[in-house]
Amino acid sequence: MNYPDDLKYTKEHEWCRVKGNRVVVGITDHAQDSLGDIVYVELPEVGDPVKKGEAFGVVESTKAVSELFSPVTGKVVEVNDPLSDAPETINEDPYEEGWMIQVEVADFKELDTLLDTAAYQKFIQEESE
Amino acid sequence: MVQRTPLHDVHVRAGARMVEFAGWDMPVQYEGILAEHAAVRERAGLFDVSHMGEVVFRGPKALESLQRLFTNDLSRCQDGQAQYGALCRESGGIVDDVVVYRRSAEDLLVCVNASNRQKDYDWLHGHAFGAEVTNESDAWGQLALQGPRAPEILQRLTSVRLSSVGTYRFTDGEVAGVRCLVARTGYTGEDGFELFCAAADAPRLWASLIEAGRPDGLRPCGLGARDSLRLEMAYRLYGSDMDDATTPLEAGLGWVVKLDKGAFMGRDALLKQKEAGLSRKLVGFVLTEPGISRHGHAVLQDGKPVGTVTSGTRSPSLGLSIGLAYVPPALAAEGSTFAVDIRGRAAAAKVVKTPFYAKKTRA
Repeated sequence: MNYPDDLKYTKEHEWCRVKGNRVVVGITDHAQDSLGDIVYVELPEVGDPVKKGEAFGVVESTKAVSELFSPVTGKVVEVNDPLSDAPETINEDPYEEGWMIQVEVADFKELDTLLDTAAYQKFIQEESE
Repeated sequence: MVQRTPLHDVHVRAGARMVEFAGWDMPVQYEGILAEHAAVRERAGLFDVSHMGEVVFRGPKALESLQRLFTNDLSRCQDGQAQYGALCRESGGIVDDVVVYRRSAEDLLVCVNASNRQKDYDWLHGHAFGAEVTNESDAWGQLALQGPRAPEILQRLTSVRLSSVGTYRFTDGEVAGVRCLVARTGYTGEDGFELFCAAADAPRLWASLIEAGRPDGLRPCGLGARDSLRLEMAYRLYGSDMDDATTPLEAGLGWVVKLDKGAFMGRDALLKQKEAGLSRKLVGFVLTEPGISRHGHAVLQDGKPVGTVTSGTRSPSLGLSIGLAYVPPALAAEGSTFAVDIRGRAAAAKVVKTPFYAKKTRA
């Protein structure tokens, strides 16, 4: 499994990457692998508010439904629309082509409470034990 | 205590992802559900279905006994032939849906659902009317080899002339040196076989089949693909699409209920229900708006709940969101529309003819 160092992670297995005044959000390699083949994704619309820790969408694999939780609070400014026709992109490339939303963040300090790569890897390991 | 099939170690060693299903630790997938699904539709797949149970009726009263517990008509089933049907309670509620393999009038094997092994045995044994009823579930292993390449793969391992074993027929034979009941049955909508063998022989049989099928792209498959394959055919799943409170008429299994065959358990209730008319019917539907419906979602008409989704998935072969649901008869006709409540959002749905997936005929 791959967990890039430039990302921050949540215990619900989302990642985020700072890009100017925005944060790009997706799900981790571990999340896509546990879900299996992803066949459907439901994302918010541009302009929708999201709140840290609250659900902003849903991802479904052939067997399971899983909610997506926002790592930050803010306003959705871009949505990865091609995912609705090609949700398998999330399996294939979770950190680049498989991004989900971009959020204009109110307070970047929120990111300080998220996990870095080492802490996330440790968390996954503990979770599987 | 979670149970294990004789192939449990084989699955774990092969890196399958294991989940609990009906009290069994089973592989849900090997490489991925979509790839396994496609393998069965296009080439071949091998499933461990040893969790299914086997209850055997023997003795001079075997046929007569089972006839009185089974909705289909075993007098029209020849020796060496299999028949699908339901076991019903007096109320008409379904104890289980099963396949009966008639070896002779004095020896019939009933293949039952994993979740119902004990319940079915207790039910059948308790109403046996003089037949000798044995629960042989632990003694048997069961493998399902399914897909268009299944016959040629299996033929390499057996002297049984498979071309003479028709659909829903079976014979005794050896496969890769393992004594089997070789049946042309399955739960995928594809050509294929189910092999019943001694539990201890199952790992050897599995390994031989995987090896023999390698050049054909045979894949080991898990329960995930088994579920999406059966749902594309609108094959019912006990516990999901039907249970003790639903009747075979409601579940759309009227074609295996032979009300004219003579007395059988549940017949009076089913006759009465047929005369009075059904209050709900199981139908196949597709979503015409985005989303995937799942077991338990409400069926809505004018915003009010009028039914329930019992199975739903995204069909890998069709790329559509498909499902089965109980709806009032007024909504059961092909082309009827209703909505499905997907986590608070109403998604439009349309009743369609089943099976959802129709096999392409070979050119």
